Amino acid sequence: MGTTIIGVTYNGGVILGADSRTSTGMYVANRASDKITQLTDNVYVCRSGSAADTQVISDYVRYFLHQHTIQLGQPATVKVAANLVRLLSYQNKNMLQAGVIVGGWDKYEGGQIYSVPLGGTILRQPFSIGGSGSSYLYGFFDQAWKEGMTHEEAEQLVIKAASLAMARDGASGGVVRTVTINAEGVTRKFYGGDTLPLWHDELEPTNSLLDILSSSVPEPMST
Amino acid sequence: MQNVEISIPTLNGWLLGYPVTYLFSNEKLKKATGVVSMQSLHIYKIYVTRYPYVTGTSVIAMKYKDGVIMASDTAGSYGSTLRYKSVERIKTVGDHTIIGASGEISDFQEIMRYLDELILYDKMWDDGNSLGPKEVHNYLNRIMYNRRNKFNPLYNSLVLGGVKNGQKYLGTVNMIGTHYEDDHLATGFGNHLARPILRSEWREDLTFEEAVKLIEKCLLVLLYRDRSSINKFQIAKITAEGTTIHPPYSLRTYWGFSHFQNPSKGAAGTW
Repeated sequence: MGTTIIGVTYNGGVILGADSRTSTGMYVANRASDKITQLTDNVYVCRSGSAADTQVISDYVRYFLHQHTIQLGQPATVKVAANLVRLLSYQNKNMLQAGVIVGGWDKYEGGQIYSVPLGGTILRQPFSIGGSGSSYLYGFFDQAWKEGMTHEEAEQLVIKAASLAMARDGASGGVVRTVTINAEGVTRKFYGGDTLPLWHDELEPTNSLLDILSSSVPEPMST
Repeated sequence: MQNVEISIPTLNGWLLGYPVTYLFSNEKLKKATGVVSMQSLHIYKIYVTRYPYVTGTSVIAMKYKDGVIMASDTAGSYGSTLRYKSVERIKTVGDHTIIGASGEISDFQEIMRYLDELILYDKMWDDGNSLGPKEVHNYLNRIMYNRRNKFNPLYNSLVLGGVKNGQKYLGTVNMIGTHYEDDHLATGFGNHLARPILRSEWREDLTFEEAVKLIEKCLLVLLYRDRSSINKFQIAKITAEGTTIHPPYSLRTYWGFSHFQNPSKGAAGTW
């Protein structure tokens, strides 16, 4: 599951973002997969690494959190959810290939992002990137990240970042999905093909060559 | 008595964690006992190998006049990528000890959970005694060595410093269980780059200011010459009065050597 996954905090909560490409070797097994998975009403995870490993970890953690919520009598905190993911990741580190970003909102600490990379380290961060596409985003975030962004600024940042990574990482592609979690609740958004920005050496899409030929003067091809 | 079956316990399950027991019929018993006890233990495949993922680099520490001073950078590397830049690799343990870790960060986080539990149970006795650095070091040494014997190490090199009852203490323990004490210590690259400086310039009666200057000299060399270090450091000190872990800060680096301006001058193509 080559991927680009992103989690950022903003001044009201968190935004999780991911691409939608699942590849088996060179073949794109699923071009519209959903890598942002729900654990509770207020906590979601971005998954990267082995699809099977992250799916089963999510299932276990969702199960444990459900029981925990019943016992606690109120929504689980993001920290607890992230720690459950860490426990499974750390205690089975020899067998698992799972790099996840846990993001959510609770009434005690507000929006939080926890990174749980390979090996089971847990680190709280104002933003986090993961997956094979993240290699191309370290420099971008070093430059573009600001503390206390508005929701609109943060959403644009996530879309721009995911789209940049998808432009260069063969294992990332498809559409960009975002999930916003704040005090009001959860909102899922979808940014497909044409709505994403174009970068260097990418062309505006057309329906057909024929449209180009039939328009006024076709542009000369560059040598 | 002919059809009785006899079970023979062996040490063959030592890696599994429980003894493996074989069942034999009575007539095979003599041969079976001979085979099981006389044959050497063949280890065909050991599945528990460990690779580090998120790692911290050197920790350096030394005794000074009032106690112990320890320093590290705040980097968590992921292979060759400097992935995390705000990882605290020095923590307090109880009232009398500070611990610095290099190696796998997830294992250090687990070690901190063990230590916090150890300190908590010690506090619960409420007997006026508290665990000092020597005791913590011994505890950690047992954990590290036993894990190493099971081929499942905690992938860390740890430095422990503390002051108790006026006595200064500085020790180290690593993933293979090697442990020792000294007036100044380092892990990883620090052993090669910092220790020679410390061997030459360390004194018993360094003031805090002198100790910080010496530590910063070592940190700067590590910054110049260790690929996995970053320019963001934390210094911690522990004295009889207590522990202080200072907030992260950066050092000025020097690039003004005339030779650096044009190193190829007079020898084109040189590096």
